[in-house]
Amino acid sequence: MTTDGTRPPSDDARPRRDARSDPQGAKGYPDAATALDDLLHDGMTIAVGGFGLCGIPADLIEAVRDSGVRGLTVVSNNMGVDGKGLGLLLESDQVDKVLSSYVGENKLFAQRYLDGDLEVEFVPQGTLAERLRAGGAGIPAFYTATGVGTPVAEGKPVEEFDGRRYVLERGIVADLALVHAHRADAYGNLTYRFTARNFNPLVATAGRVTVVEAEILTDEPLDPDVVVTPGIFVDRLVPARPRVKDIEQRTVRARGAADGVAAPAAGGDGAGSSRSAEAAGPVPAAGREA
Amino acid sequence: MPWDRDEMAAIAAAELHDGDYVNLGIGIPTLVANHLPPGVSITLQSENGMLGIGPFPLDGEEDADLINAGKQTVTALPGASYFDSATSFAMIRGGHVDIAILGALEVSETGDLANWTVPGKLVKGMGGAMDLVAGTPRIVVLMDHVARDGSPKLRHACGLPLTGQGVVDRIITDRAVFDVVDLGPGAAGADATGLRRGLVLRAVAPGVTLDEVRDATEATYVVGLAVPDAPAGATTRTPTRAGHQEEA
Repeated sequence: MTTDGTRPPSDDARPRRDARSDPQGAKGYPDAATALDDLLHDGMTIAVGGFGLCGIPADLIEAVRDSGVRGLTVVSNNMGVDGKGLGLLLESDQVDKVLSSYVGENKLFAQRYLDGDLEVEFVPQGTLAERLRAGGAGIPAFYTATGVGTPVAEGKPVEEFDGRRYVLERGIVADLALVHAHRADAYGNLTYRFTARNFNPLVATAGRVTVVEAEILTDEPLDPDVVVTPGIFVDRLVPARPRVKDIEQRTVRARGAADGVAAPAAGGDGAGSSRSAEAAGPVPAAGREA
Repeated sequence: MPWDRDEMAAIAAAELHDGDYVNLGIGIPTLVANHLPPGVSITLQSENGMLGIGPFPLDGEEDADLINAGKQTVTALPGASYFDSATSFAMIRGGHVDIAILGALEVSETGDLANWTVPGKLVKGMGGAMDLVAGTPRIVVLMDHVARDGSPKLRHACGLPLTGQGVVDRIITDRAVFDVVDLGPGAAGADATGLRRGLVLRAVAPGVTLDEVRDATEATYVVGLAVPDAPAGATTRTPTRAGHQEEA
């Protein structure tokens, strides 16, 4: 239930099907709703992968919304935008508390927070990543220099090592982890695509139960050399429904315009046309690979 | 006349070295990549999980799975890599990224930075900024000299919640360039460890007078103009903190 501490001894171990005896269906479920059906309960903590709208488990989030489960604590770097991603769960008032590093794109979130309707723990992005990594790795707490001397460190132990001060941060273990992967095999081995990797491999380790949606379910096992998340971390697997992925800041160069001298596109509001929150072009459809 | 955004970015870019790994924040810092000195090639790190950011994609080639920390669609250069967020911040917190260039709401005369929230008004969050300032050997701030209401952003102490304490090494505004330096043990106002960080005014924009800078700055500083009338970025990096990687 709590977001702090290590993984407790398993008192509710669910029988796991074995991929070796059932290679086609081992961890597989037909869809997100079925996979989450017996896992959701009011007041639970859910860790969710993604950065902005990139790499979010959109089907699983929608299934959580449709389930009507309430009083959730959500651990996620961002909370989507209005009407998309985790923003859906805010609209339906299913979330009581969030742990996030940046929520600047969500007006509803800002309003709820300023009105005091939503409890927010702002966690520095790197600290959030490490808290998930630590929780998944059985490490209850760790020291970091991030946030020392800021509101983030208030109320937490501070220790000096080699002349520098560090704040103690807790690992996070969530009741449920929701992950979006690019490819998955029947063993639950996962790969990710480009920067859609972000928090997903960490979230995958930090759930008491981890449910993954994958764009491509491969019949053949993945090459062991390319696996990013080994299947041991994955409990349930569903095919991601084909959908057009959202782009928050579409920034492009006009064709034929000085291609050779284009500078790297580093961060925020720089050059390039920007059309916010528009849908991207079609992406490769999900489903089983032949 | 004050420097414009591109001139400010050029000043920041002038201190970059060939081979540097660089993290650029949202806003004016983005423009730094457009003003690299000749012969200087850098690798941009994006905290969402990428090294080797290339230009924006050609119209029609954008990909929702390939974005920078500002959530903009980007491309990958040859030699690029993708990694998870814990690895990304291992680079940042571990001091492997050479320099970060960020925006700010306020900076104090001892190098404190505030750039993530205005209580009761602005709900944003710190994103990766607290990790960046805690772990990156050199922090450069690009910001307007005064806020929209004309109030100074360079202050004795930050009034807003901090992003980091004593973390800023250089401030480049539209009117001036300041370095935060160790004034040495025993200096007035020294803290318990005997250290006292303070501001040195290094350069002033063309046509801006020292008096005008003084009037628009709450923070205390000394004047130590490095190269009058030259781009402030032409000055070399000043080692200001233990662990700072300085070229010979």
